[in-house]
Amino acid sequence: MQFASSLILQFVELVTALLLAPLLTGWINQCRAWLANRSAPPLTLFYRQLAKLFEKEVVLAANASSLFRAAPYIIFACMALTATIVPTLSTALPLGPAADAIALVGIFALARVFIALAAMDVGTAFGSLGARREMLVGFLAEPALLMVFFTASLISRSTSLSTIVATLGRSELTIYPSLAFAGVAFTMVALAENARIPVDNPTTHLELTMIHEAMILEYSGRHLALIEWAAALKLYAYSCLGLALFFPWGIPQDTAPTSLGLAALSLIFKLAIGGLLTALIETLSAKLRIFRAPEFLGTAFMLAVLAMLVHLLLETAK
Amino acid sequence: MEFLLVLAFPLVGSLVLALFGHRRGAAEINSAFSLLTLLAAAALTLTIVASGPQLLFSEQIFVDPLNVFLVALTAFVGFTTSLFSRPYMHVEHDHGKLSANRLRLYHSMFQLFTFTMLLALTTNNMGILWVAMEAATLTTVLLVSLYRTAASLEAAWKYFILCGVGIAQALFGTILLYFAAEKLLSPDNALLWTHLDAVKGSLEPAVMSLAFVFLLVGYGTKVGLVPLHNWLPDAHAEGPTPVSAVLSGLLLNVALYAVVRCKVLADGALHSNLAAILMMGFGLLSVVVAAFFLSRQRDIKRLFAYSSIEHMGIITFAFGMGGPLASFGGLLHMTVHSLTKSAIFFAVGHATQKCGSQLIERIKGLIQLSPMVGWGLMLGTLAILGMPPFGVFTSEFLILTTAMRLQPWATPILLLSLGVAFAAILGKVQPMVFGEPTAQRLPHRPAMVPVFMHLGLVLMLGLWIPPYLADWYRQAAKLIG
Amino acid sequence: MSGYPALPVYAQTINLLAAILLLLSFAMLGQRRIISLINLFMAQGAVLFASTALVAAATNQHHLYWSALITLVLKVFLLPWILHRLIRRLNVKWDIETLINIPTTMMIGLMLVIFSFNLALPISALAGTILRSTLGIAMAVVMLSFLMMITRSKAVPQVIGFLSMENGLFFAATSATYGMPMVVELGIALDVLVGMVILGVFFFQIREQFDSLDIHHLEKLKED
Repeated sequence: MQFASSLILQFVELVTALLLAPLLTGWINQCRAWLANRSAPPLTLFYRQLAKLFEKEVVLAANASSLFRAAPYIIFACMALTATIVPTLSTALPLGPAADAIALVGIFALARVFIALAAMDVGTAFGSLGARREMLVGFLAEPALLMVFFTASLISRSTSLSTIVATLGRSELTIYPSLAFAGVAFTMVALAENARIPVDNPTTHLELTMIHEAMILEYSGRHLALIEWAAALKLYAYSCLGLALFFPWGIPQDTAPTSLGLAALSLIFKLAIGGLLTALIETLSAKLRIFRAPEFLGTAFMLAVLAMLVHLLLETAK
Repeated sequence: MEFLLVLAFPLVGSLVLALFGHRRGAAEINSAFSLLTLLAAAALTLTIVASGPQLLFSEQIFVDPLNVFLVALTAFVGFTTSLFSRPYMHVEHDHGKLSANRLRLYHSMFQLFTFTMLLALTTNNMGILWVAMEAATLTTVLLVSLYRTAASLEAAWKYFILCGVGIAQALFGTILLYFAAEKLLSPDNALLWTHLDAVKGSLEPAVMSLAFVFLLVGYGTKVGLVPLHNWLPDAHAEGPTPVSAVLSGLLLNVALYAVVRCKVLADGALHSNLAAILMMGFGLLSVVVAAFFLSRQRDIKRLFAYSSIEHMGIITFAFGMGGPLASFGGLLHMTVHSLTKSAIFFAVGHATQKCGSQLIERIKGLIQLSPMVGWGLMLGTLAILGMPPFGVFTSEFLILTTAMRLQPWATPILLLSLGVAFAAILGKVQPMVFGEPTAQRLPHRPAMVPVFMHLGLVLMLGLWIPPYLADWYRQAAKLIG
Repeated sequence: MSGYPALPVYAQTINLLAAILLLLSFAMLGQRRIISLINLFMAQGAVLFASTALVAAATNQHHLYWSALITLVLKVFLLPWILHRLIRRLNVKWDIETLINIPTTMMIGLMLVIFSFNLALPISALAGTILRSTLGIAMAVVMLSFLMMITRSKAVPQVIGFLSMENGLFFAATSATYGMPMVVELGIALDVLVGMVILGVFFFQIREQFDSLDIHHLEKLKED
């Protein structure tokens, strides 16, 4: 009985993620439009786009292999899994023990490898170009992300996300200067990983600059829908990760329905603010030239290392 | 009372000269204030000799045999330099190298510089010592850049940045010192040297060793110890000659004095000879490097600047060795180097004015152009090279014999460097004095009184150290330990 | 978790400010634009002021209020104002050239931070103040400013590096020892101010002589 109800809960979390993810992307686009003084697209636009794409026919290149067809499902599965195991509604979920920080980075890497392989599969110039750039970004972003996780892990003495969130959320008002550094580093990594300005621009198809868009040019129909949805889920997962690590308040450790409801409310509230801030950052900063991206991510890595050092210096004093 | 006057005269002098320094007679006012400072310093010295160390102004000021001897020396060289600078700066003004306003700046800063040095020497507060040293840097930066030529600006910039960084290290050292002392002393007393000296045995060794390293590097930059010496030749070469004379003769001494004060504390706290080893190492390195750089110099003022680095190295080495004999030798060497080097710079100043160039190859046959300048330069050079019967010989002899006993490994290095320096300097100075003259006689009469006064004193110190002076050195040497 | 949350809130806040100070130092190291550099310096001064005032309030050290005030006036208003005025008058708004590229500089900076943390560790263990762990950060700020002075080729950034070094020293004094005696702090502030004014005059003359503030021109005086 206990097991069944927790399974249901886990399912609820998955569904929440699947539903909220397009909403978050829509919300950020809306905020960006407001900030740029444009009339905003409706929040539901993304859902409608997904529905439209699912109905459309899939057009495949003549030389596309099975890898090309399998990739969208794998990527979607990876992202759905990450969005499920990041503690959002509660830390006491069946998949909680699986939510290991290092495993999470691994899952992201798996999705990245597949999208890059699929991009190169058809053999178009843009695909290879995008794949190369994506791997460059990933190559630099991953160590930084790991360092951020290590800092959080050092504080809570565990690499399990559930434990990290529980520890950080439980302690009474404690200021961790190291987390300030880690937070900045994480934000930078998240922007780069989710193809946001200043590293990539999700709304253009300019061949000189695009990264993510270049890789998925060959996809259509439900494949494209899955990839777009996966991208939204990735953004959602990153946002939830950020919230869980740096603003862990409001994530309950039990599974009572009332606390879950409150958790959902606080999650939506925090996501809304986070989305607004993301849009703000994107509006205020200019897109970097592609060869400045290593510098950007190098800074993120450095900040993450500093976070660890600061933790060792300031927060371990007896 | 005497003490107040020692500090008040140069300060008032700098204010007065800031107002009237461009007028006719400013140089005389300058000399007058320096003379008053000298008299006050002499009176202070007599008082200290008669009644022992004094603490004044709620212990902020501390005068003991060690620093009163430097106060007297500073005031004396300050006075003779002002005598020398009167005709020298007059000529510079006539040649159009300096405007009246620049002269005002020069005179005012000269007095202010004297003030900061005297303050650095007499303060009991290690923090104020830092402030005074920094202020001395700032005033000399203005003095070095007096000509506002490209080269002098570059020298001043280098001087400012290098010494600024150095002195920042010293500040960090001072903070660490305060940090070590704060646990034992009340916050108001924790930087007072006399209090620190009283509790030095129980200062935390880990902190003190780090503090001493920072202080040595910091003040050592101002002493011109290799490898922190880069500013020194430039500043000496590009500033007006009286400034070179006081830089070499006084400022380096004062900086070294700061190092010695810190060493006394570090020795007491560390129970190891870290301070001694560091000072001997830096000292020896300075001697060797400077000696080998000497032969490459083409500018006469740079030549003697490197010679200053070498001698500062010798003195640092002597204080590093420690012990009454070595410290005695170090103090004596401080005195005679200061007197000889400023005398040399006076002579060099006149020589460069006569020949219109600082390049060694352009200065020829001084003995025919002006026998006084020629002989002054020659005798000064012989004195600084350690020829008997001059005082430098006595002090170097003392230091070398002590080294032979305490640090035998260092003696051949020292001797070799001294030999190299001897060959380099004499080889360059000889044609300058005895070669065929190339320049015209200039109408201005050189001020040779300061040169021969200094050299006479150095000669006297070589032949006979007055008993009260020797006694005084011994007391000071005992303080250094 | 052991030990750390036991610190009172103000100490934690100061630790946070210390971390921000370090962050600002890195930002200065990586900054290419000179105006932003001055603004960062100003922000550093503001953080310094906040931390000093906080230490003063928390420990009831009255003289620290004065040093906080001096910091505010000197480092948040006066010096940035002088610097802004200077670059306007000198009309220098170019981007800063560095001698080593910025990522390398950052990596060296990281090494320096590790070095200074290591150096400070045994000392902070001896400190009596609860802010002892910030000594390492202060030292790191000093080292980073030093690095900035070495890697920048223009005169103004070098001076900002110099001033930022002084910030680090000041922070060391407050964090390790609750500030130096008042006379000393006044003297230091005066020296910094006078030094700045002298440098300001210097900038004009350097430019007059060399037509540039690039200190690469200042390399004539060399050993042959």
